[in-house]
Amino acid sequence: MPTTAPTAHALSDVTASDSTLSRFLHGLPGVDAVGLEARAASLGTRSIKTTAKAYAIDLAISMVDLTTLEGADTPGKVRALGAKAVHPDPTDRTTPTTAAVCVYPDMVAVAKEAVAGSGVKVASVATAFPAGRAALDVKLADVRDAVAAGADEIDMVIDRGAFLAGKYLKVYDEIVAVKEACGTSARLKVIFETGELSTYDNIRRASWVGMLAGADFIKTSTGKVAVNATPANTLLMLEAVRDFRAQTGTQVGVKPAGGIRTTKDAIKFLVLVNETAGEDWLDNHWFRFGASSLLNDLLMQRQKLATGRYSGPDYVTVD
Amino acid sequence: MSTAEKTEKAEKTEKTERLSVFKTYKLYVGGKFPRSESGRVYEVSDSKGNWLANAPQSSRKDARDAVVAARKAFGGWAGATAYNRGQVLYRVAEMLEGRREQFVREVADAEGLSRPKAAAVVDAAVDRWVWYAGWTDKIAQVIGGANPVAGPYFNLSSPEPTGVVAVLAPQQSSFLGLVSVVAPVIATGNTAVVIASEKAPLPALSLGEVLATSDVPGGVVNVLSGRTAEIAAPLAAHQDVNAIDLAGADEALARELEIAAADNLKRVLRPQGVDYFETPGIDRMTAFLETKTVWHPTGSLGASGSSY
Repeated sequence: MPTTAPTAHALSDVTASDSTLSRFLHGLPGVDAVGLEARAASLGTRSIKTTAKAYAIDLAISMVDLTTLEGADTPGKVRALGAKAVHPDPTDRTTPTTAAVCVYPDMVAVAKEAVAGSGVKVASVATAFPAGRAALDVKLADVRDAVAAGADEIDMVIDRGAFLAGKYLKVYDEIVAVKEACGTSARLKVIFETGELSTYDNIRRASWVGMLAGADFIKTSTGKVAVNATPANTLLMLEAVRDFRAQTGTQVGVKPAGGIRTTKDAIKFLVLVNETAGEDWLDNHWFRFGASSLLNDLLMQRQKLATGRYSGPDYVTVD
Repeated sequence: MSTAEKTEKAEKTEKTERLSVFKTYKLYVGGKFPRSESGRVYEVSDSKGNWLANAPQSSRKDARDAVVAARKAFGGWAGATAYNRGQVLYRVAEMLEGRREQFVREVADAEGLSRPKAAAVVDAAVDRWVWYAGWTDKIAQVIGGANPVAGPYFNLSSPEPTGVVAVLAPQQSSFLGLVSVVAPVIATGNTAVVIASEKAPLPALSLGEVLATSDVPGGVVNVLSGRTAEIAAPLAAHQDVNAIDLAGADEALARELEIAAADNLKRVLRPQGVDYFETPGIDRMTAFLETKTVWHPTGSLGASGSSY
């Protein structure tokens, strides 16, 4: 499946200038906010039990980007996180590994060493995360640094200021430049910080800017603001990647991040994926959860299914 | 008909036609009053078989939610000073005293007692809260202490709460029995998930309302009603429950629960014949305490050795 820059022939003129891009984005159909939220809520009422639940839990574990993005991150903490990503439940080796660990650029080398040989990827936030308020050169240096240290995936933030000011082409060019800096070795996730984009229409537009510019993943949020991933904004982005593939043939992944803490929530998101984008996205190559505490709840639920007893936080690691 | 007659008639109709306001009894979990997650209720009747109310019939998921709430509340409650916990427990007695009439009625209905006898039960329950309120900052002196050791160390044993305690409230004594098993658990800093008497859960559910208005932090006491055996089984097997009080279990159920509880080495208090009117003693408190012993240098070691 194609994972590189879009072959958006039909859409090639769209990014020719600021005005054409602007015209295209504002020509996208408006989002019916009430309908969107109702749809997300109704899909959240599905009851997933027994074997389907077991499958969903293992799938969700394999989709987790185990994340630590704190100023207080130490090499020791990153190593512990890496160990957890490789063996989420040391008492049960049938537990799948997580998809990746997600750290700041200066911790990439440590993380890389911690997960070496396990197939777990190392993702690094970059481009002056989380605000993204820095000169383009600084952002690109940040990205090159992370890639050079061995990051398999780069999570960039878009320039929300430029986006909200209507300078869509600036946002677009920046993503293109970052994508180039990622080279062929790293996949690019583009964070929109949906909580700062104010409207659903803006989230739809941002999704298209990101996909047009060659994002491999579009990601909801940094986890650093009040409103992070919600079922509604993730549903909207899933619709965008579905429509984008229908138009261009290029598949783009989705990553909701922040605020997903329970197995129940995670399964709701998986239902959204299956019902909106389709089964092709039910794979950790195309869908991820940006989370840290979610993994513990998934493991406790997994233990409950295996033993029939409710588990407790004493039986998973404190991260 | 004259106008005066008409008015009189209208007034009369108004009086007789006032709609009765039935109380919806709800669970008390994490400081909130939810219905059962399962949506089920069961009929509760008085000792003569007259319908009293519908009580929520909790499921194992309600039990799980209650444990999560109790675990969340544990740190704060165990960390509160003993003095503060005493004040809070005394406050429960105060609030209960204010609702005396309601509880006398509910206890009379639930247990088929005459009003004076029910009043005696409620008074005893209020006194029981006061009694345990007094114990919160004294229990450490009674069962803890400074141990004599052969060395320049202080060696101190102090009681620590066990954690989340599942409590099967007594089936017969629906109110005094309930208070007598819940108060000692929380007095020492544990948090509780309480299964109310199956036949007579209404006083327990109303006690939830008292606790909610008396400075007891949400989650410290969680009250579930329903089929005791159904709710107790997942609690006994729950890995995040640290102890279980089997006061309300019959012999067969107690045996089964004790086996399930062995899996994560829960402390188990077996059912025993208790006259709840008697002064309780400290056994129910010590049953859910652990002893922490610390060594600490006396600090009096000079070049010439210990001053001991």
